[in-house]
Amino acid sequence: MEEQTIDKTVFETGEMVLNMGPQHPSTHGVLRLKIHTDGEIVSKIEPVIGYLHRCFEKHCEKLSYEQIVPFTDRCDYLASMHMDHAYSIAVEKLLDVELPERVEYIRVIIAELQRIASHLVALGTFGLDVGAITPFTWAIRDRERVLDLFEALCGARLLYNYIWPGGVSHDLPPKFVDRTLEFLDYFDPQIDEFNNLLSTNKIFIERTADVGVLPPEVGINFGVTGPSLRGSGVDFDLRKNEPYSIYDKFDFDVPLGEGTMGTIGDTWDRYYVRVLEMRESAKIIRQACAQLPDGDVGEAIPKKVRPAVGEVYGRYESARGDVGFYIISNGKNIPLRVKMRSPAFCNLSVLGEIAEGWMISDVIAILGSLDIVLGEIDR
Amino acid sequence: MNSLVDILLNSFSEMNSVLVLSVVLITSGVVIFTIMAVNALVAVYFERKVSAFMQDRLGPMEVGLFGFKGGKKFWGGIGQTFADAIKLLTKEDILPKDADRFLMILAPFIIFTGALLTFVAVPLAQNIVISDFNIGIFYIVAMSSVGVIGVILAGWSSNNKWSLYGAMRAAAQIISYEIPIGLSLLLVVLVAGSLHLGDIVQWQADNRWFIFHSPFTFLAFFIYYISTIAETNRTPFDIPEAESELVAGWMTEYSGFRWSLFFLSEYANMLIVSIVAAIVFLGGWLSPLQMFNILPESWMFLDGPVMGFFWIMIKAVILIFIMMWFRWTFPRLRVDQLMYLCWKVFIPFALGNLFFVSLWELLV
Repeated sequence: MEEQTIDKTVFETGEMVLNMGPQHPSTHGVLRLKIHTDGEIVSKIEPVIGYLHRCFEKHCEKLSYEQIVPFTDRCDYLASMHMDHAYSIAVEKLLDVELPERVEYIRVIIAELQRIASHLVALGTFGLDVGAITPFTWAIRDRERVLDLFEALCGARLLYNYIWPGGVSHDLPPKFVDRTLEFLDYFDPQIDEFNNLLSTNKIFIERTADVGVLPPEVGINFGVTGPSLRGSGVDFDLRKNEPYSIYDKFDFDVPLGEGTMGTIGDTWDRYYVRVLEMRESAKIIRQACAQLPDGDVGEAIPKKVRPAVGEVYGRYESARGDVGFYIISNGKNIPLRVKMRSPAFCNLSVLGEIAEGWMISDVIAILGSLDIVLGEIDR
Repeated sequence: MNSLVDILLNSFSEMNSVLVLSVVLITSGVVIFTIMAVNALVAVYFERKVSAFMQDRLGPMEVGLFGFKGGKKFWGGIGQTFADAIKLLTKEDILPKDADRFLMILAPFIIFTGALLTFVAVPLAQNIVISDFNIGIFYIVAMSSVGVIGVILAGWSSNNKWSLYGAMRAAAQIISYEIPIGLSLLLVVLVAGSLHLGDIVQWQADNRWFIFHSPFTFLAFFIYYISTIAETNRTPFDIPEAESELVAGWMTEYSGFRWSLFFLSEYANMLIVSIVAAIVFLGGWLSPLQMFNILPESWMFLDGPVMGFFWIMIKAVILIFIMMWFRWTFPRLRVDQLMYLCWKVFIPFALGNLFFVSLWELLV
């Protein structure tokens, strides 16, 4: 037995700490992950955030209510319309204004288009994360059409400043509804093509099915929301459960993860829920376009926003999950405090829980499936 | 009079032996380097255009060559690879402060040497070869594994964790996949009874192409082809340089000229494995028309030895195109899945193949 004892000082295997990011191709922005690895296996993940901190909440305490909208744009820069919408809903609650029908319909059309655009980026970059490059360019190609629509709408392509408290900045341009429907007719077959290329690819399924399973109770405990939670089979969508705006008027389903390729709540489910959600968004847009009423979109925009003393919490289902704006007013035209609940922050917090024990490649895939945007996490 | 080296040795035979040796070495080296450089230029352009058309975009369209731009056609941006080559060669040469300077400088040359030495035995047509070995296949398999030493050195000497991961993955992957490659080639050697590439093609000319010879050689071709994709580190097996995981794997710290040597070697390896596949399984410089014998007499020049280069290149380019097609279609496998594929699928199948093809040769 004497010969078989191994010299511990020579063969001792320790953990290696790997700094992934902030400059790394697949951390979706400036996220830094401190990864403790044993070979390829990841034993511990510590996300380090704050590289994109812009003092959003402090800025809000110095700006009037209308001036905050461009700042909310920059929170979730892939779904700016959702951020504006969420903020506007909170301020409107505070002001207690009645919106014209047309404004609500326009907002729903725009928000769902934005959801499609945002999910396209999420799916495309997820493809990049697992090594498929073509799905990304296809997704970006289709997103481009949505951005063209937005450009016609308000002149901007990324940060729109379009949805204001009390209304929207411009009415729809001529032929916007026709162009939107044209886009949807083009887009529906593209989803099938995307599925053929990526979703049902054998290698892709091998890489994502059964990987990084998020059990529903863990997701709820960590405050995970949005498609990431619905991938675990939890039927929670604010558009259905707590309808804001006019979502109760539309007929649509909430897609849930079913474990088609593996376990419920695995990476593939989280991915596929987003694909299905794009179809549901298209359904909502078609209904909203058919029912779009006439009216003046600017009539409810207040001359100056000066809410009464009070506080409000507005919830909103953005492309990433449950966005909340908590606003305290002290009766002036500047809010006393604005607190934003970031869905991507909560979604990121669960990463360590579900990704530990997997390999480095899987951590990338799981991170991609959570679809985080650092602009929103760091604020 | 079979190869470049023979021709050179014979024509300078009266000169001093040291001088002859240096002339032969330098000429062969320059010829191979030219082939590799031209191959890289063409292959990079080809890959860009293939990827562009698969991704619904145009690819390079602006940079022309001698005033020729090609417009919105396949030839658009024909000068782009030249511009890139100049950019790479004039780039600042960066070595990390704590890197092992000697090994880091050495590594690209080892990888490049591996590709260069492999080319010595690769024929581009009948008798168009640098040196005609009677153990051609054996030499090619041996030399193509020299590069992995350079990969490990590059990854280790960069003093970067990503490089180290890439190097470890590359070492495991390349060494593993050499086994199914070797077993698949062994099958052909077994049937043809020679390690000499010319003899193997001659056997195919006398009988039939190896891919159509028996079900087992048919299977062996696919095992060989998929394994070579792994050997050349291309998607879906580009795990060592997985850009979304390891930044650039073992190449992370390299730039400029050194990086372009990696690049040259990668594309040269692609060409080598494709040509070897074409020679060993797809009849090499034999014309596919020969199999059917449907052409009239006046068209028989298409079958002749002069067209050999054309046919071998057609076959190799189709195989390279399929590699590119894979790259722009598939996601990447994980390390354990890659190893699973090699050790639990390919190697048992290749061994079984070897057994059954022996039976087939005895019985059929």
